[in-house]
Amino acid sequence: MFLRKIATVVALTTLASSAWAGCGISEGRVSIVGNEFPAIQTIGAGAMECAGGGVTVETNLTADHQKINLPGMTGNPAEFTSAIVANSSIVALMNNDVIRPLNDLVAKHGQGLQKSQLVTIDGNIMGIAFMANAQHLTYRSDVLKDLGIPVPSTYEEMLAAAKKIANYNLMQYPIGGAYAAGWNLAEEFVNMYMGYGGEFFKPGTAEIAVNNQHGVDSLNMMKALSEYMNPDFLTHDSNATSAEWKAGNVALMNMWGSRIGALKGDEVDAAVVAATATAGPMTVGGGTTAASTLWWDGFTVAKNISDTDAEATFMAMMHAIRPAMLNETTSPQAVWLIDGYEPTPAAAGVFAAAAMGTKPYPMLPYAGLMHSAAGAELVDFMQGKETAEQALAGLEAAYTTAATEKGYL
Amino acid sequence: MKHKTFFWFFLPTALAMFLFIALPLTSIVSQSLHTPHDQVLIVVESCDPFGCKSETTIDHQASQKINEEKPQGKWVGFQIYTDRNHLAFKEVGEFWESKTSFIDFVSSLNDLPFYRAMGFTLTYTFVVTPLVILFGFIIAIAVNSLHRHLKGFMVFFSLLPMIVTPLVGSLILFWMIDARGIIGSGLQELFADPTLSLKASTGLTWITLIVYGVWHSAPFAFIVFYAGLQTVPQETIEAAMIDGATRFQQTIHVIVPHLSPLVAFVALIQLMDNFRVFEPIVGFSASAHATSLSWIIWNDIGQEIRLLSSAATTSVLTIIGVIILLMPVLIRTWREFNPEK
Amino acid sequence: MTSNQIKRPLGLQLLVYGFVLFWLILAAFPFLWTMWGSFKVELDFFSKGDWTNVFSGVRTQVVYGKSFTGAGYEGAWIQEEFWRAFFNTAIVCVSTVLISLTLATLGGYALSRSGFRYSFWLLIIALVFRALPPITLVSGYLQPFYDWNVWGTLPTTIIVLVAINQPFTLWMLHSFFQTIPKELDESAKVDGCTQFQAFRHVIIPVMWPGVITAGLFSFLLAYNDFAVTAILLSQENQTMVPKIASFMGTTQTEGNIMFAVAAVVSAIVPLFILVMFFQRQLVSGLTAGAVKG
Repeated sequence: MFLRKIATVVALTTLASSAWAGCGISEGRVSIVGNEFPAIQTIGAGAMECAGGGVTVETNLTADHQKINLPGMTGNPAEFTSAIVANSSIVALMNNDVIRPLNDLVAKHGQGLQKSQLVTIDGNIMGIAFMANAQHLTYRSDVLKDLGIPVPSTYEEMLAAAKKIANYNLMQYPIGGAYAAGWNLAEEFVNMYMGYGGEFFKPGTAEIAVNNQHGVDSLNMMKALSEYMNPDFLTHDSNATSAEWKAGNVALMNMWGSRIGALKGDEVDAAVVAATATAGPMTVGGGTTAASTLWWDGFTVAKNISDTDAEATFMAMMHAIRPAMLNETTSPQAVWLIDGYEPTPAAAGVFAAAAMGTKPYPMLPYAGLMHSAAGAELVDFMQGKETAEQALAGLEAAYTTAATEKGYL
Repeated sequence: MKHKTFFWFFLPTALAMFLFIALPLTSIVSQSLHTPHDQVLIVVESCDPFGCKSETTIDHQASQKINEEKPQGKWVGFQIYTDRNHLAFKEVGEFWESKTSFIDFVSSLNDLPFYRAMGFTLTYTFVVTPLVILFGFIIAIAVNSLHRHLKGFMVFFSLLPMIVTPLVGSLILFWMIDARGIIGSGLQELFADPTLSLKASTGLTWITLIVYGVWHSAPFAFIVFYAGLQTVPQETIEAAMIDGATRFQQTIHVIVPHLSPLVAFVALIQLMDNFRVFEPIVGFSASAHATSLSWIIWNDIGQEIRLLSSAATTSVLTIIGVIILLMPVLIRTWREFNPEK
Repeated sequence: MTSNQIKRPLGLQLLVYGFVLFWLILAAFPFLWTMWGSFKVELDFFSKGDWTNVFSGVRTQVVYGKSFTGAGYEGAWIQEEFWRAFFNTAIVCVSTVLISLTLATLGGYALSRSGFRYSFWLLIIALVFRALPPITLVSGYLQPFYDWNVWGTLPTTIIVLVAINQPFTLWMLHSFFQTIPKELDESAKVDGCTQFQAFRHVIIPVMWPGVITAGLFSFLLAYNDFAVTAILLSQENQTMVPKIASFMGTTQTEGNIMFAVAAVVSAIVPLFILVMFFQRQLVSGLTAGAVKG
């Protein structure tokens, strides 16, 4: 509470005097690279408020941020002083040793942070998380109610519900799924495999181990679900899946929490909006772990920059994620991990995911290699051209080749 | 032309290509022969907003020295070229040993990313290229015979398939061919098959990509041939008419030979561009059914962990593929250069 | 053209017009469809329920009370300041075309008039350069550009676009110069001109069909480029195509697809006006160089 007041006072000062005075920075260069979507835009705009006097602030928010952030932080001095990343993408920066530990800066300027926001590797704070996301169940309450189906809590129940909906001819393809070949399909495999309690790698090594019963079960479940999906499911990314939902074509789907708000847009049919409801992620195969992954977005600070620039960057970012930035516009943009955030209804699914102990997406140096191998190698199985074992063997072989190239094996 | 005159005429363009293509090319070749050094992995405690656990990470101190000594990475020769994700010598050998028939062997190659991509790329290249040339030629002849006021109008509209940025163009076309879109529903009506979907089967996806390829590239061939038609020497045509040549004979014996350098040029560029087919695969989310070498490169570079050596290797393989593909056209150009022989 | 001078049989005439009409529909329909759809809301234009919604505009009516809306245009141009990207594209395109053509006209002419072996090999090398996928090249540029502190600026991008497109422009102009008889400049040289004077006084007047065509393609390449501009330009220098890409959303978040559609349409309208206005110049430009044999 006290902090919030301080922050409000700071915000008022910002309005009263020149903008940069509010951040308490006297000099330095701040250059932020990150993805572009409204929540990140808000953070970028927040950091921009610190520009002025001896402080320069630049933002480069683009969907291609992953292609430019690593080269842009490798040089000395680095072009970008801060990269906004997620738990899957921070590893690329850590693998190449281009971001610095933030322990000293957190001690000096990080009083407003909650301990859970600190992303710590071996005692070194490598990033500050400010928002969370997860995939979870989204369902049409009217359809389920009409047929007397309880809200599914497992994938098996989801299948049964889909069967019933299809049998009653309410919908031709009741399940929606972002199963587009590539990143999306691999993400669904990761979710499902975690739900079955599988481990992707032999502990402590980079050796892959997915060609096992858990892997086969995961694929068979995905295949069974796809029987109730639009036959074009291998081309449906989350944009297309959301569009199916808005058109009222599907009744059940596993969807990103960050997309729920948009499902209830002005243009969507009022009946669909009223019946769009969310629940936590589902479990599968009698397991207790949710078949989903938790994600965070946070900021990092480049290693190859002067201490002055690093301090300015850290302070500008801290200004951007101060509790006072939360208001009617910004609160619904994301599930903020910032002190004082009141969850909006759209955030309920992500909170449920966190509450039921869903595992975070693995922050391993080589997890991304497994992910991209899965995105390319599992499509033949989904089309019925290969057995599950063949597809998993292909995935293992593709990953092993890539991991050997990168020096992990 | 004298050597010295040639040098000054050619210097600016040579300089631009040397700095921005030749130099990067050498570093790409070098990259395809090196990989990052072996990484030292350690298990440490890691914490994030969702709790703490022990997780594997890279020990940078352990490998710092070797990285500084050899920043190029580890020399591996042609190891990446022959690994499973590229030419896959070992796997191809095993398939050859174990398979009973040749068809069996070819279909098992489909499991290997490189050969899978080659399958689609070559089909696409050899179907799209001739169709583009033929279609472009017919459009050029037809538009050229129109009244001059209609020409400017037609030139603009003919260019539209190239002008609309593929980023959005493919999105709109992709929607139009959806089972619920205007073209998709139209085709369902036409074939009286309510379950027909162009996106769900490999064969139909290939046909869709090929039709898109012809539609997108025909304007290129059209405009080149159209410009070429403007320089057809009138005397020759008049002479042919006096000799009683029919319209068709004029086209075959006067216009086509006149355009032949341009046909060679269009064939060259189209073979190369079609061999590097990439945008429609991404635009139509078709990678489940069709991949290409360029798509593999994009997939290697665009992921969270970038496989730079692998992408460099595929790039070099693409260049080699293009050279092999263009051999016939190159030999033809070579002959033109040595007319005295 | 000659073919106009003698009357065509009616059957052929019909065939020609029929074919032109067929091609016109094929080429223009998706664009006209887009233009129409840009005044609708996303759920109408990309209706997953029923494609006839694009005509009736049911969802547009629910939101705006009428079946057309300029919301996409307003969002793209006012809220997202698309005009900045528009001006950046104009700068990039014009500079790229001018520089590309200057370099390649000189080079292509020299290649077409030099009978020596090395000019053949230079052409082949240029071809090999073009075989390199641009995406590999561009990711290789990043590190040095950051080191030299030239990343993100328009001039860097222009030079890269010129260089990457140089092999294509060079080949195209070389092919066109080959269709211009060598006797033209040879006779000028016999009359005492230097090579450059022959080029200036004899070749330049007849080269325009080829140059206009090559310029058109340089323009379109620069105008539509995504691989280079998306990676090499900083946010404030973005051209139209990466700006449009930024409207499309990401895996985890919804985009403003109608902004993108409106932006695409409004980016083409100026081209349309330009071509309509200059169509006579364009066509006569394409015809002016007609070699009288």
